[in-house]
Amino acid sequence: MPVEPPVETPRDLAEAFRLMALSPRTPIAGGTDLMVRITGEIGSPPDQVLDLSRLEELRGIALEDGRLTLGALTTYAEIRRSGLVARSLPVLAEAAATVGAVQIQNRGTLGGNIANASPAGDTLPLLLALEAVIEVGGARGERSIPADQFWIAYRTTALAPDELVLRVRIPLVEARQVRFRKVGTRRAQAISKVVLALAWEQADRKDRWSHVRLALGSVADRPIRARSTELYLEGSRATLETADGAAETVAAEIRPIDDVRSTADYRRQVTARILHRIIRDAGGW
Amino acid sequence: MTSRTPERPSAQSTVATPARPAVRPAEAVIIAPGIAVRGHLITRGPIRREGPAKLTGDARYADDLVFPGAWYGATIRSNLARARFLALELDPGFDWSTVVVVTAADIPGEPLMGAVKGLTPDQPVLVPVGGDIQHHSEPLALIAAPDRRTLRAARRAATVRTEPLPPVFDPLDSDKVFVSHDVVAGDLAAGFAAADMVLEGEYRMGHQEQLYIENQAMIAVPTDDGGVTVHGSLQCPYYVHPALMRALAIDARQARVVQAETGGGFGGKEEYPSLLAIHASLLALKCHRPVRMIYERHEDIAATTKRHPAVVRHRTGVLRDGTLVAQEIEVILDGGAYCTLSPVVLGRSTTHAGGPYRCPNVRITSRAVRTNTPPNGAFRGFGAPQVIFPVETHLNRIAEALGISPLEIRRRNVYRLGDVTPTGQVLSSSVAGLEVLERAAEAVDFDAARAVTHRARLTGQGWDAVATSPLRSPVRASASGIGIALAWHGCGFTGSGELRYNSIVTIELDATGQVRVLAANTEMGQGTRTILPMIAAQALGIPSDEVEYAPQDTALVPNSGPTVASRTAAIVGGLLVNAARKLRAEVEARNDGRSFARVYREDAARHGASRASDQFKPFPGQPFDEHAFTGDPYPAWGWAACAARVDVDLDTGEVAVREVVAVDDAGVVIHPILAEGQVEGGTLQAVGYATIEEMKVQDGRYLNDRLSTYLIPTAVDAPRITAIMVEAPFDGVPHGAKGLGEMPMDVGAPAVIAAIHDATGIWIDRLPATPERVLAGLTASAGANESGRPGSGGHDRPGGRP
Repeated sequence: MPVEPPVETPRDLAEAFRLMALSPRTPIAGGTDLMVRITGEIGSPPDQVLDLSRLEELRGIALEDGRLTLGALTTYAEIRRSGLVARSLPVLAEAAATVGAVQIQNRGTLGGNIANASPAGDTLPLLLALEAVIEVGGARGERSIPADQFWIAYRTTALAPDELVLRVRIPLVEARQVRFRKVGTRRAQAISKVVLALAWEQADRKDRWSHVRLALGSVADRPIRARSTELYLEGSRATLETADGAAETVAAEIRPIDDVRSTADYRRQVTARILHRIIRDAGGW
Repeated sequence: MTSRTPERPSAQSTVATPARPAVRPAEAVIIAPGIAVRGHLITRGPIRREGPAKLTGDARYADDLVFPGAWYGATIRSNLARARFLALELDPGFDWSTVVVVTAADIPGEPLMGAVKGLTPDQPVLVPVGGDIQHHSEPLALIAAPDRRTLRAARRAATVRTEPLPPVFDPLDSDKVFVSHDVVAGDLAAGFAAADMVLEGEYRMGHQEQLYIENQAMIAVPTDDGGVTVHGSLQCPYYVHPALMRALAIDARQARVVQAETGGGFGGKEEYPSLLAIHASLLALKCHRPVRMIYERHEDIAATTKRHPAVVRHRTGVLRDGTLVAQEIEVILDGGAYCTLSPVVLGRSTTHAGGPYRCPNVRITSRAVRTNTPPNGAFRGFGAPQVIFPVETHLNRIAEALGISPLEIRRRNVYRLGDVTPTGQVLSSSVAGLEVLERAAEAVDFDAARAVTHRARLTGQGWDAVATSPLRSPVRASASGIGIALAWHGCGFTGSGELRYNSIVTIELDATGQVRVLAANTEMGQGTRTILPMIAAQALGIPSDEVEYAPQDTALVPNSGPTVASRTAAIVGGLLVNAARKLRAEVEARNDGRSFARVYREDAARHGASRASDQFKPFPGQPFDEHAFTGDPYPAWGWAACAARVDVDLDTGEVAVREVVAVDDAGVVIHPILAEGQVEGGTLQAVGYATIEEMKVQDGRYLNDRLSTYLIPTAVDAPRITAIMVEAPFDGVPHGAKGLGEMPMDVGAPAVIAAIHDATGIWIDRLPATPERVLAGLTASAGANESGRPGSGGHDRPGGRP
């Protein structure tokens, strides 16, 4: 018997900012996380819900100054369908395709995934690896937060109580390679056991790797960058020795836990093995 | 091509929507004396009767039913797995006059309930203050309120005080045995003495949740005579009916049970609805209004029955050629907190434990024990899947040790006509184990598929390339394999179950000329409402759309027994054929022998209503001794084989089941499309049981009690499933049917586990084969492979357990 909290539906961003400034409200976009918490009576229900559905300012996908910009209300279905995403950053469509099922992809939004701050959020490691910038705002103005400063603790973000996630900007980089892998219990509609996103720059296949970014989900209390492993991979070539060393480094670097979905041992091993596989495939041996 | 028996419903005898193209059913081909096989099943059989309403949203499930003025009911449950119930404290700050509260003190009748007639009534309807709580979700009190907001407030204002007692969670530690059996055949010691090889193994399985789409739901409406009518989602109206009479101390007329459209059961709505109906009725009788109790998913998973977890141990003696000479089997079922149906489930586990194999020297000991989790109960397969997975996997290990193919060892040992089972039953007819096995092997070209895996292994792409150290990806990213499994499934109830029910089926020709079947057997997605009229129509010689199926309402229909044990098509269908023949004979006799089809409307106009019934009579054969476990436990056996192909992701241990060929002998097939649906659904449930469905239990509580955490296969996880129907008719019923629904559930998991072995060389001895267990096996086999022996997955690693 879940409660039905009161809902306000602002017509534009200014009204939304004004309401958020009055007192903190729980924003709802697709509702794919919040509704599960309310109907499942998980934790205390929100006192007041702010429905973002009419905020047209938060929609749309665009290419601006070499950056892919996605409004916070962009759904996973829109990401999957976008020609712009397909041309400029196909790995984002690949990640969006692993979220929930078609119904979830139709409702769920990128901004919701970011603000919900689940350690298992499917797109978050990719945003970290791509060095996305999250733009947030409220009545006091807008500001930009780099993805690696956004998720600051378990289910906690750098958002102030009166702020909303507005959009995400992802720099598009020539010669960047990106790989994404989600491991779940089944092939759709599964919360991840491990999510891995790896990006590196390499002008030629034989070149050393540079600007390596490795991000992981479901292996810590928040989506994380694996900086020791990045450092290990920086300037190396995709050889068996590199893969073995990176796998050992990442296994030592992360502190996953046992939970209802999987075990710490499994998460550590699988993180190492899929990283090893990506390097193996990149090296072509 | 086989000749059709006249009783046999067929596409030709039934009228389908004429707009659909006429596609002829696949021809049946005789493959052995009296046994036929069908290919792909396409027929223009009648559409399922409730199908359009379900598709358009018109079907009315319990929660769709409107009862003006109804209150909402909720259950106050325990918060500990085992405890003394000290007090229910009601916050004086809440206005309790706005709601009703029911405790054990309000139960007018028997405070304890049993699952069915003849089983120990040990489960409290509500635990009384001062009484013992035996599981985490145990109901202690009930509240009803006029609206949900008040109900929520009342729930918050009621506090349960308990004193913890030491719980038991491991069935091997339990000293409370609900029931046990010891079946002995031949001379076990002599059997082992004669054996060339003896192999031991232990196999474990966890809880499985039925996960019907519609949660448990019941609405109780008080009646003027002091009784109650309940409308609910349920399988067995005549289980709920006596349960209400006992607990409420009302008579048979005061209790009335009406099935609402039911969104799946799979055994999960066999016994639990009785408890929920009593709860809703207690509240309704106290507040004098209808009371709705509709569970949310979380409560449904947390509180209702699951498939019994099991530990099964095998010690088997074989000759060098694979012939079984001794089987020593121990079966332990975890019954949960109360007896409920455990004795009946254990009965089936015991009779099926040796598998469909001839063995002269056998001892099967079995027991069902108490632990402090919610009671376990019925689930498709009913104790058989828990013993078929062990016996099949054990046989594969024997075959591998002897260097015999899994197909060949089954050919050598499968029961043939005239063989004798461990309980002393002589298999004198309808034996199709070899036929289903050969059809499955042929459909997947099993020997050739195994040869491919074998070659991959020899050329260094097989098991050696699979195994790796824990942190290194192996050379190959995935490996494929194939597996085969075989099972038998006893038709209908175990032992004298049918005798206890004395089921009656009635058919009537009413005064308006309408023909109607009256039976208590429920539609829950499997096709009862479609196939019983087909069976009746065939016997009467009229189109099936001229036969109505009366609603499952205890005020209208006789007790034709519960809708369980795959007995509806076989047992109830048989009674229906007999009843229909009586009606036909009566009508034709008074109409100068003119056919029923021509005269029945005219006959009704002239003579008024006619009715005919048939009641169960014991099948021929040896009676079954339920204590000694000797005799014929079932009048016939169904036979099932399954071949599965899997891909194993060697980085993550994830298993993708790509293809399943399921071959099932249901005696005869009544409605080919519905039969194929049963095979596909049961197979997918078995794939889930084999690979991902795992209830995680901590301190007696299910941790993954939500749809987002208890995961079953989705459409994208489903393999391509091919259903092949073999027909070895059962001569104990007039239409030859033996039942179908459970067999695909029995045989899927061992086939998948065998395929994982073929792909990777690891043996999984604990279901499900989660990626955690498979990966543990793969990395363990890296070390073991140096000595040439693949490792074992999950045996001593509690992978997946939090």
